[in-house]
Amino acid sequence: MQLKNIFKFNGGVHPDENKIISTRLPIAKLAIPKKLVLPLRQHVGHVAKVKVKPGDQVLKGQIIAEADGNISAAIHAPTSGKILKISEEVLPHPSGLPDFCIIIEPDFKDTWIEKKPIAWKKLDKTQLIEALSQSGIVGLGGAVFPSHMKLKTNQNQTINTLVINAAECEPFITCDDMLMRERADEIIQGSLIAQTILGAEKCVVGIEDNKIEAYEALKKAAQKTLVEIKVVPTLYPSGDAKRLIFLLMGIEVPKEKRSVDLGIQVFNVATVAAIYRYLEFGEPSISRIVTITGAVKTPQNYEVLFGTPLSELIKTAGGSLNKQKKFIMGGPMMGFDLPSIDVPVTKAMNCVIESSPELFPAPKPVMPCIRCARCADACPVNLQPQELYWFSKSSQLEKAREYNLFDCIECGCCTYVCPSNIPLVQFYRYAKSEIIAQDKSKEAANTARERNEFRLARIEREKKERAERHAQKALGAQDKQAEEEKKSTIAAAMERVKQNQQENIKN
Amino acid sequence: MITALVVMIFLAVLLGLVLGYSAIKFKVDGDPMVERIDAILPQTQCGQCGYPGCKPYATAIAKGEADINQCPPGGDAGAKALAELMGMEYKPVNEEHGIQKPKSVAFIDESTCIGCTLCIQACPVDAILGAAKQMHTIIASECTGCELCLPPCPVDCITMEPVLENSESWKWKYPIYHIQKAQKA
Repeated sequence: MQLKNIFKFNGGVHPDENKIISTRLPIAKLAIPKKLVLPLRQHVGHVAKVKVKPGDQVLKGQIIAEADGNISAAIHAPTSGKILKISEEVLPHPSGLPDFCIIIEPDFKDTWIEKKPIAWKKLDKTQLIEALSQSGIVGLGGAVFPSHMKLKTNQNQTINTLVINAAECEPFITCDDMLMRERADEIIQGSLIAQTILGAEKCVVGIEDNKIEAYEALKKAAQKTLVEIKVVPTLYPSGDAKRLIFLLMGIEVPKEKRSVDLGIQVFNVATVAAIYRYLEFGEPSISRIVTITGAVKTPQNYEVLFGTPLSELIKTAGGSLNKQKKFIMGGPMMGFDLPSIDVPVTKAMNCVIESSPELFPAPKPVMPCIRCARCADACPVNLQPQELYWFSKSSQLEKAREYNLFDCIECGCCTYVCPSNIPLVQFYRYAKSEIIAQDKSKEAANTARERNEFRLARIEREKKERAERHAQKALGAQDKQAEEEKKSTIAAAMERVKQNQQENIKN
Repeated sequence: MITALVVMIFLAVLLGLVLGYSAIKFKVDGDPMVERIDAILPQTQCGQCGYPGCKPYATAIAKGEADINQCPPGGDAGAKALAELMGMEYKPVNEEHGIQKPKSVAFIDESTCIGCTLCIQACPVDAILGAAKQMHTIIASECTGCELCLPPCPVDCITMEPVLENSESWKWKYPIYHIQKAQKA
């Protein structure tokens, strides 16, 4: 392992890795549970459209909810069984709010729908993207953005480099590590497919130097290919896509630009492996590798069907060693406390850590900010966290926005180094969601204003039209009166003539 | 002395022409202040301020006829923003005009609705769909929660439903922690 041509980014921290505990055992398959709960919102974008109704029999791999528009992903039945109901269930989301889920009762036969492998070597780019839009594959690194959309490029965009993110920098998480050790071939094949679709000249895998076995496995799998495996130093948050790009290529993605604007696309290892499995074997996205670690009896990685209740995973991992029953989804740096252990495993769930007072001691008392700027030194995106904290805390949201709050990746480095133990990232999250809500209500106000103005204009127009109609009618009425007068004069004249004639006759 | 006079007169005429030309060429239509006030107002169009909509209220504020604290949906935050814009002292919202309520949308009980169209005529943002003797319904995404449709309904079938938080509209809360006495080292 050599560290060559690496461009170090500013800041970053090096927390205890705690990775070894969950890599002692190979990836195991979790048994099919008694009930599967599949949230319709497991990805970024539009909520999937339900295609089944309660009572339907479904087969493993059958689409049960299809993608609604481009930025959306389909949901497939993870095993065969019966649709029990479609109801609101608690999701693995920091809000702990319920959302709509499809609930499947497995029949334990695990019968596959007819698998349709795709001859990807023969198809062209558009056909492959079209095929992948049915796959339900989303970014498995945690961003859950529909993958087929990332493979699509505009006419004026050319992708030179495909970066495969194998850094997995957060402590405790080992799902990508184990995947690389055991299924390196799938990852390399998937990377080659993605490279072909994107038309990229180069494909670089970025891996941290703490994953020696995974590195060796990837190296072996990539032997006869042009895929380059590049080692980066272990430093959190090197797994952030933009940080990894900088590490590997020395290119800083400018503010308000995306890496594709610079000809770089990034995929997570698990995502490219899923793409390979879908095209080669016709297996859609129905499971993922989840690390269960922390204060459970046997920390390990499991291949878990989506929708499996978390409690099943905990049970299989030997149960919890702690009475607190507090679980963190994601890593200790960016993760959040799960609202319940009944939440289902979703596409975004890469790791679940059981918290314990030994692993995560209670937060130390918060003290005032002394503006030591240690956070600024640690910030990997070169922000001024102490200023952002100041503005967020006092709800000066516009100011926070001006100081580039939205470039914050919420990595938690600032909170980690803060000598006053201030939960800085929580303030940024608060300020961000408050600004987003304000922008939304501003937009709603603008729509209301437009609709109101349109209504007033319409009423005005209708009034005018009515007035015109009345005027016309009045004019018409006048004409009629005149005509009638004329008629009556003529009639009167005729009458007179008649009378005259009669008198003449009499005479 | 005559030269000086000529120069001054020439300058006066020239500058006068430039000013006169720019006054016509760069004329600003309408009062920009009204637009800026209107941008702060929440556009609920509820009329609680005593004016028939947000724009008329904005016009009244700009003219100095109305106070800045008559808008309950805008709340204290709105009153603060208006005070800042107008260079006036902040005043809390006058409770005579109403109190700020959580965001709600109207809901029509469709089994009771008789299809009289009175609510449609009252809605300031055309957010009610229906026709005479046909059931009416609210387009919830367009409803501003102004409550103007409530009084005209002859069968009282409209209720206000508060907008509940869902996983999409959910916000991170302001972090709260207790300040503790640090232990002596």
